[in-house]
Amino acid sequence: MPQFTFPSPPPSPEAEVFRAEIRDFLATELKDRAPIDRAQSWNGLDPAFSRKLGQRGWLGLTWPTAYGGHARSNLERYVLLEELLGAGAPVGAHWIAERQSGPSLLRYGTEAQKRAILPRIAAGECFFCIGMSEPDSGSDLASVRTRAVREDGGWRVNGTKLWTTNATHCHFMILFCRTAPADREHRHAGTSQFVVDLTLPGITIRPVRNLVGEHHFNEVVFEDALLPEDALLGQEGEGWSQVTGELAYERSGPERFLSSFRLLVELVRALQPAADERAAIALGRLAAQLVTLRRMSRSVAGLLQAGADPALEAAMVKDLGALVEQAIPEIARDLIAEGPPTPQGRAFAEVLAYTTLHAPSFSLRGGTREILRGIIARGLGLR
Amino acid sequence: MSCPEDDAGVPLRETADRLLADLLTPQARARIAAGEWPDDLWSALAEAGLPAAILPEAAGGFGVPVADALSLLTVAGRHALPLPLADTMLAGLALARAGLPVPDGPLAVAEGADATLDAAGRATGRAWGVAWGRHARAVVVPAEGPDGPRLVALPRDALAIEPGTGIAGDPRDAVRFEAVAAPSAPAPFGAPALRAAGAATRALMMAGALGAVSAMTTAYAQERRQFGRALGQFQAVQQNLAVLAGQAASAAAAADLAAEAVDAWGPGLMPALAAAKVRTGEAAGQGAAIAHQVHGAIGFTQEHRLHLFTRRLWAWRDEFGREAEWALLLGRHLIAAGPDGLWPAITAA
Repeated sequence: MPQFTFPSPPPSPEAEVFRAEIRDFLATELKDRAPIDRAQSWNGLDPAFSRKLGQRGWLGLTWPTAYGGHARSNLERYVLLEELLGAGAPVGAHWIAERQSGPSLLRYGTEAQKRAILPRIAAGECFFCIGMSEPDSGSDLASVRTRAVREDGGWRVNGTKLWTTNATHCHFMILFCRTAPADREHRHAGTSQFVVDLTLPGITIRPVRNLVGEHHFNEVVFEDALLPEDALLGQEGEGWSQVTGELAYERSGPERFLSSFRLLVELVRALQPAADERAAIALGRLAAQLVTLRRMSRSVAGLLQAGADPALEAAMVKDLGALVEQAIPEIARDLIAEGPPTPQGRAFAEVLAYTTLHAPSFSLRGGTREILRGIIARGLGLR
Repeated sequence: MSCPEDDAGVPLRETADRLLADLLTPQARARIAAGEWPDDLWSALAEAGLPAAILPEAAGGFGVPVADALSLLTVAGRHALPLPLADTMLAGLALARAGLPVPDGPLAVAEGADATLDAAGRATGRAWGVAWGRHARAVVVPAEGPDGPRLVALPRDALAIEPGTGIAGDPRDAVRFEAVAAPSAPAPFGAPALRAAGAATRALMMAGALGAVSAMTTAYAQERRQFGRALGQFQAVQQNLAVLAGQAASAAAAADLAAEAVDAWGPGLMPALAAAKVRTGEAAGQGAAIAHQVHGAIGFTQEHRLHLFTRRLWAWRDEFGREAEWALLLGRHLIAAGPDGLWPAITAA
């Protein structure tokens, strides 16, 4: 019977030394960052902050030095990520590039692609977005219709990508699309990935505002956009297996259970100086989930470090993580009564509103709850 | 349990797994359920060194790290072991750390006790929720002595036992004692820490039992057919089984955390153990509910073995502190840490 195993995270004394260094840096750097800004978590966008991390050598931490990386361990990178998120640092500009585009390039890119792009990501000067979803292809990624057709000197692309976060701030997209007609028998065949320079002619980016009115999402339209020959990432026709190879990176990190963490901080502030028993119990229950998830997520970092492919374990971390992220605002609102405005009361109210409004996305982005549970069920041998 | 390759717990767990699979026949379970003390089974566990694995070598152990020895309890949980291995290990560990001799045979730790020691070293008081108390050679309780807290090993023959039965059908007895001369020593840790270590034993057993429940429920969904297909082919059932697997994996991770915290026995002990008991207790409730739902009516019968596991999950989540008790402790710890100390407190647990 298949069982999901989360081995104990390997000890990493060097990561704990690193943690102290990161905390010192963030204490100074984020001194004046307000709770509501910190609440944006990994949606917070600040290219200057990303460049600063790059200058410190804190992007592409695990990549080979030949490509601008720093050859450090996944466990050190884990500590860096969780400290950035725990502090509410604005990491959104580089997040996707560092988390999954860079690792995909490292794994599937040509030497020329790697040399041209990876050092720029590691410097915090080159940002990526994900070109997967389409207007008619959400969870059913294999049904994408955007098409790249080979022609002399390159590829001609037509189609529309949707929900493309931060496209207007990004230099490149990793595009997932069809390079051969859809085959009902082999739905995953005939797809490929491309590294797309978003400044090319034939590419139009239009904002899609979220329910709050913020602009993070975009629609990216390709109209006879001509990609050069060397835009292909990896093997033609291998898009599906390449995309699924990113998932352990995409789904297991601390951002999958810390999206609401700032609200917990503001809750603890609002509960001072004397919290009642009910509030302490509710906080303790949430914290027990976070402590356990953190251990599972660190365990996946250890598996990645050991060269395993923990895609199933990652799906589980993300499914459980979204549950606690969404529980935090529901529970926090119940513990603090509305009252006359005070400065600390206002910070709590703002962060609660922000988190409540963004919570629905936590179990949609990066694989919906239903998709994740389907993946887990397949891992159990049920599908 | 740091890395799988050099994990001293692996051979120990494999031995225990084989032994329990052989010993725990339906006939053996029936004898135990009827109230018999199965001396032959206990002797087999003792001969395999399971109860002593947690002890330091000076006290009769064989030098296994505490966390690895505790991992035996996940195997006990996986087999829904109806014998006091956890309590004997816990009592042995506590007695050894207090410098007291560890008696041979099954031992008990009182889940709750109200006991005092007089100047002559005689114990008076009561204890309740004592797992297998009527069969234990000694019951370990914390007691307040004239010079501070002490750990006492009450000999069973000197105790008045009121037999009771827990939610799983296993003995959970109340005991009374009056001016009982008993070995005691200054407590190496307070009563809350003993309770926390007890909570760790329950967390580990719950993790093991939930792993078994997840596996048997998934297997059942693949065998049982309705509407012309296996239950496991229905998406609604698949999604529930995925949730059950997630609860089982969470419980396992939390239990590992508990075992390591008992091993380290440092300042981080209480928050980590509190988190572990809360999380495994929640997982037990949610996981057992799904297992019963998927099994349907057959899982609600005495004939089916599911209840061996789910009844023990319901018992163990209550013992040594329910979720609310430990959540309160953890929550207060975090509130005391304050908003700026919250993140460091989470990473330290």
